[in-house]
Amino acid sequence: MSTTIDTRGFSCPQPVLMFLNAVKADDHGPFCVLVDNDASLENVSRAARNRGFSVETSAEADGVTRLDISKQ
Amino acid sequence: MKPGFNFFSTTTGIIATGLVFGVLAVLLQQSGNPGNMGICVVCFNRDIAGALGLHRAAVVQYLRPEILGMVLGAFGAALAFGEYKPRGGSAPITRFLLGAIAGIGALVFLGCPWRVILRLAGGDAFALFGLAGLIFGVGIGTVFFRKGFSLGRSQSQGKVSGLILPGIMLALTALYLADPQIAGEAKSGVLFYSLKGPGAQHAPFIFSICAGLAVGFLAQRSRFCTMGALRDVLLFKQWHLALGFLAMLAAALVLNLFFGAFHPGFENQPVAQPDNLWNFLGMTTAGLAFALAGGCPGRQLFMAGEGDNDAAVFALGLLVGTAMAHNFGMASSPASVGPHGIAATLAGLGICLCIGFFNCKRGA
Repeated sequence: MSTTIDTRGFSCPQPVLMFLNAVKADDHGPFCVLVDNDASLENVSRAARNRGFSVETSAEADGVTRLDISKQ
Repeated sequence: MKPGFNFFSTTTGIIATGLVFGVLAVLLQQSGNPGNMGICVVCFNRDIAGALGLHRAAVVQYLRPEILGMVLGAFGAALAFGEYKPRGGSAPITRFLLGAIAGIGALVFLGCPWRVILRLAGGDAFALFGLAGLIFGVGIGTVFFRKGFSLGRSQSQGKVSGLILPGIMLALTALYLADPQIAGEAKSGVLFYSLKGPGAQHAPFIFSICAGLAVGFLAQRSRFCTMGALRDVLLFKQWHLALGFLAMLAAALVLNLFFGAFHPGFENQPVAQPDNLWNFLGMTTAGLAFALAGGCPGRQLFMAGEGDNDAAVFALGLLVGTAMAHNFGMASSPASVGPHGIAATLAGLGICLCIGFFNCKRGA
């Protein structure tokens, strides 16, 4: 069961901070992060990859992208 | 939104963007813009406020095409890559106030973070104090972020709302062309022009607007942000944006050396004031305001170009703040801090600390 982090409506640094706070609570995940802008998509993906996670993206409705983040 | 590859979001992309900005800024200086002021978002907003008669400081009146281009370039990039998304409703009046305070604080130092880079690249030692203040101010902002600071979520807005700031910039461009500068005249149509001082120093219109468009386009794609550069290092040891900041500094420094425009020290620095305590604290106030608002003044313009109503409100706050800075004696002059610069810096800092404190929510 993955932890869902809804960052819609936030711009950086909040989405990255929300993801990192979730990692602090559970350093393995998996996490499902919802983002609604490309800058947050790139920033959360970068933060996750830098911490050894793999990131898969899929487009959802209304311009939202879902990031599935898990340890490789 | 389709997840796709964006070259400018890579390490190479952000470095390339920073290098281009450094080169363009120095070329603008060589083509007529004031010393170490190839691109300064706060100074140029102050000049625009003067051109529109929002303040009447005769030496800083010019409708800077770079700013118009930066918004329109970002707007074009956002449209081209499907990132034009009108949004807003995240504490607009707070953001207006942060914009005004940022403008006032930056004019105590005499420059925004972009100009900190360009002043350092020109050898201006006063800028070291500005940089230290900026880092300190952004650092205070990261403490609030760690405590759960947030101005709240934004919501989608109607398509037309995102056109307002780009529309204003387009209208100002038309106004510039309708009322061009007349040699020796302080006014043309409704626009004010400077006959001397920094407002009288500018690159040719076509170069300024094209440089602005290029900067806006590249910055929208790369998310270049001079405040984010420092914040991300302090907050989560992420050096991505900092590489853009450093690349801009390196490119401007090398090109200044090439043109013989690098003059290290405290003497004869262009548009700089000598009181280092207030250089430091002015930028502390501005840095904190930028951090709480989520972007440097440039980034606010670029986000406004993407349709972000809140960033547009910040940009208008900045314009008003720079006008007030001159109307009420808060801006510095090259001789000294303005008569009310100290009070304004401290009041602005106090207000930003309150905004930070009262918008913290653990685990937000």
